[in-house]
Amino acid sequence: MIKIKDLKKSFNGKRVLDGVNLEIDKGKITVIIGRSGEGKSVLIKHIIGLLKPDSGQVLLEGEDLTKLDESEWNKTRRRFGMLFQGAALFDSMTVAGNVGFPLREHTNLDYKDILETVKDKLKRVGLVGVENMMPADLSGGMKKRVGLARAIIMDPEIVLFDEPTTGLDPIMSDSIADLMLDTQEQLKTTYIAITHDILLTYKIADKIAMLHNGKIIEEGGSKDIKETKNPVVRQFIEGNAEGPIRVY
Amino acid sequence: MREFLEETGRKTRTVVEISGQIGLMLSQALMWIFVPPYKWRNIIKQMEFVGVQSVFVVVLTGSFTGMVLALQSFEALKRFGAESMVAPTVALSVARELGPVLTGLMVAGRAGSAMATELATMRVTEQIDALTTMAINPTRYLITPRILAGILMLPILTIIADFVGIIGGYVIGVKMLGINSGVYIARTVDYLTFGDIMDGLIKSAVFGLILTLSACYYGFYATGGAEGVGKAATRSMVLGCVLILASDYVMTSMMY
Repeated sequence: MIKIKDLKKSFNGKRVLDGVNLEIDKGKITVIIGRSGEGKSVLIKHIIGLLKPDSGQVLLEGEDLTKLDESEWNKTRRRFGMLFQGAALFDSMTVAGNVGFPLREHTNLDYKDILETVKDKLKRVGLVGVENMMPADLSGGMKKRVGLARAIIMDPEIVLFDEPTTGLDPIMSDSIADLMLDTQEQLKTTYIAITHDILLTYKIADKIAMLHNGKIIEEGGSKDIKETKNPVVRQFIEGNAEGPIRVY
Repeated sequence: MREFLEETGRKTRTVVEISGQIGLMLSQALMWIFVPPYKWRNIIKQMEFVGVQSVFVVVLTGSFTGMVLALQSFEALKRFGAESMVAPTVALSVARELGPVLTGLMVAGRAGSAMATELATMRVTEQIDALTTMAINPTRYLITPRILAGILMLPILTIIADFVGIIGGYVIGVKMLGINSGVYIARTVDYLTFGDIMDGLIKSAVFGLILTLSACYYGFYATGGAEGVGKAATRSMVLGCVLILASDYVMTSMMY
């Protein structure tokens, strides 16, 4: 569904993406793993057009997204949803206001219909009766759930997850993983997640790709990654301080 | 010498870059004013924030300014036996200069810095990116209503500041300094023209644009977490106030 071809990006002379090549399959969960600061967020931001590459292509069903202008992007972005690392909920709005926001901006649905849809999506992510709460009153896990409800409110074809379990305890992380699997199963959506949470990765991924030094150095299913001989990938998935990746 | 030239070059480039970004932001924000559908709810919310919530501080500033002007000018004019000229001195100073300038500075301090803080927080917590991913133009949603609110509400606040400033001057002049009430009012009406008030209001609209644009620029392009939020608020306040005073000089020299 999405093909990333030789994607390069530098910031202030520092090369962050150095020719990323990756294929993302429709209706599957692809997880991009890598150390912090390796450019995972930069990569995902290229997929949804928050950043422009120095060179390379991001093809969505053959259409090069890097060539789109802002008005074309605004049409294409309606096919996407995104859950941000900190959920990025609007502080000034209630949960219902946040989740229903895309519907209010992009559809002619009346308040009652929007609220019904909001309640339905919140129920799908395991939240009931929180519509009138403010984001400041929610726990980290609840924020992620509300963020996911907002990301799927427009029934997008592709949902991007930026570190979906960062900052959560292991039990809550596991419940977010279950939630991702459940919602993906229900909606048959293409999920792309970036994370350094290996447990989450093994649990949800149909395909895993590891980003290191600006390139995808290994990709495959959970079994392939677990059995890889690549010493860099092994060091990362085993969480060893000793190995080819130098710890600063 | 080389270091000096390099530093000067760097600073010049920064100034040019900032000017370019501000110009681009302004042109895009103004363009969205004319593109329906209009975001009335956002605009009214910002008008309430910039305007209604600033009334109290503007009333305080305006009234004390009028009062102190009456006291100061009375002392000076008494030496020439022209005590009754306190009235036009207060009225003209407030309407032409102090009403719009002090209103602009007070709103820059109250609403401008809060605006910059809010936008900077939205930036560092990825709320602005979230808007973009939801196919909502952040300039249209966040910047245009704020700039519009500044341009529309500053003149209204300035009318309030002018009114309470003149009343403040009247109270001190008549009740404390013993100037005849009828004379005070007559002098005010004789000297204060509609043009004086209008010039002040035009200035205030420009100040509204300047302070909101400064706040939006520093808030929108904030980087660096909590420290970045603080810097955005401070810089927007400093730039806003400096530009208000500088543009006041330029406009005054053109108007009178």
